[in-house]
Amino acid sequence: MEKLAIEQLQKICTQMRRDVLRMVHAVQSGHPGAPLGCAEFFVGLYFDKLRHNPDFNMDGKGEDLFFLSNGHLSAGWYSVLARSGYFPIEELRTFRKINSRLQGHPATEEGLPGIRIASGSLGQGLSVAIGAAQAKKLNSDDSLVYVLMGDGELQEGQIWEAALYGAHYKVDNLIATVDYNGQQIDGPTEKVMDLKNLKAKWEAFGWEVNEIKNGNDLQSVLDGLEKAKSMTGKGKPILNLLYTEMGYGVDFMVGTHKWHGSPPNDEQLADALSQLEETLGDY
Amino acid sequence: MSLDLKFTYTEKKDTRSGFGDGFLEVGRKNPNVVGLCADLIGSLKMGAFQKEFPDRFFQTGIAEANMIGLAAGMTIGGKIPFAGTFANFATGRVYDQIRQSVAYSEKNVKICASHAGLTLGEDGATHQILEDVGMMKMLPNMTVINPCDYNQTKAATIAIADHHGPVYLRFGRPSWPIFTPADQKFEIGKAWKMIDGKDVTIFATGHLVWEAVVAEAMLREEGIHAEVINIHTIKPLDQEAILESVAKTGCAVSAEEHQINGGLGDSIAQTLILHHPAPLEYVGVYDQFGESGTPAQLLEKYGLNAENIVKAAKRAIERK
Repeated sequence: MEKLAIEQLQKICTQMRRDVLRMVHAVQSGHPGAPLGCAEFFVGLYFDKLRHNPDFNMDGKGEDLFFLSNGHLSAGWYSVLARSGYFPIEELRTFRKINSRLQGHPATEEGLPGIRIASGSLGQGLSVAIGAAQAKKLNSDDSLVYVLMGDGELQEGQIWEAALYGAHYKVDNLIATVDYNGQQIDGPTEKVMDLKNLKAKWEAFGWEVNEIKNGNDLQSVLDGLEKAKSMTGKGKPILNLLYTEMGYGVDFMVGTHKWHGSPPNDEQLADALSQLEETLGDY
Repeated sequence: MSLDLKFTYTEKKDTRSGFGDGFLEVGRKNPNVVGLCADLIGSLKMGAFQKEFPDRFFQTGIAEANMIGLAAGMTIGGKIPFAGTFANFATGRVYDQIRQSVAYSEKNVKICASHAGLTLGEDGATHQILEDVGMMKMLPNMTVINPCDYNQTKAATIAIADHHGPVYLRFGRPSWPIFTPADQKFEIGKAWKMIDGKDVTIFATGHLVWEAVVAEAMLREEGIHAEVINIHTIKPLDQEAILESVAKTGCAVSAEEHQINGGLGDSIAQTLILHHPAPLEYVGVYDQFGESGTPAQLLEKYGLNAENIVKAAKRAIERK
């Protein structure tokens, strides 16, 4: 895939944010906050770092794989998948509607290209990604496996089972990323269930931690992802701590948990869209 | 006077050994078969595979939720994971992981569950799961298999590797008569009529198939001719075989090492009530937890034996 200029990638980020807002607004349900905060990550990954083939096949042999463990970011993932050619952009209209392939949370049942496992019930994606990474090793396939988790999701015990395992088996073809926005549905993570020192925790579990301090700055994200790639193959699984702001890109949504799972009304949508230029054409 | 049994045995063995031996055989046959186990390799008899194929075997430690997710992930890339632990930890403990990452996602994972039911014995009710078949059969896309002896378990283990899709394979710990042939062909979803009869049909699964064989001989001594059908695959259920048999006999008994709520008996009841209403008696555990004891003591105390199948058959016949 030809590399895009950063200006072009930035345009995709802005368009993705518009897609997310319009998608959740249309059905008055869904989770806008976190995908707005992860736009630079999604775009940086799918349009620059990931060696992938939008002509989708489930096994993904010879290509990098991405798993979304925090499945409620589906609107953002669907947007980036559609805009990178996995399925028609117009299909974003069907998000969360009856008879759609774009289920509220990602699913494989209707065969939506790009989705390799259902997610939504939290805490399961890291295990799946590690399994897929080990299958790659068994197949002598030197491509990488990526997974995105939420920070609140780290409250699930299974994550730490997988953390022990990933280090024990030296799963060094895996790059896991934590969307470290400090927010979850009931409030700030430090109030709901304090995660304390995540860097120290992952390091204590035997992972190599790569901090991406400004997860809403595209160049920082690109640099951080490139650095993570350079850290693979050295006997340890990689964890990106991606510092983002929930709701980034819309002034009244940024930095609060209030838009975790709430859609904007008509007026709020108009306000939000006025802050995000239609760069590539709405679906 | 000894019973005139239609099936006999010369040797006893645990069904988990049938699994372990079958697993080694499919490992040799198919390089995509991989194994996972949550710190119970010896109990699951997975050690021979691990020894022969160390690169294709993954000790997960005591972390069953992670094991299920790993197995689901390994299917992406074409592996066929056999994930083994005790039936309790393979189902109830990880139900949501199986539901989302395996069943809903249609992953080719084989959940291999040993020490199911009361015959686990002395460890007691914490480990004696009697609800697993119900939980697993409720999941769309899931195939549920409960073979009856060493040979059938081995054959089933080999067969599920060639079946694409999630499978729950249930087996157990006690030494048990080997009464089915070593060279049997295992057909998933195809019930096996072991003994012809005309008065009542006994539908049995797992260890209780042997008890059904004994019950048939006991009933025959009293002039009652029972048909015995081995339902090794609880889902998909061979409804055709069930309906054909009950159309002839007019009544039935279900026999399983499981709660009567949600087990094989309920699947048969559903089939009969929808297509051919007829009396059905349940031999199973009646809404109770188990307890410590030897397998034989427990089967007797909870009524999971030939004597109780005989009584149930007579009740069913009376209700015709």
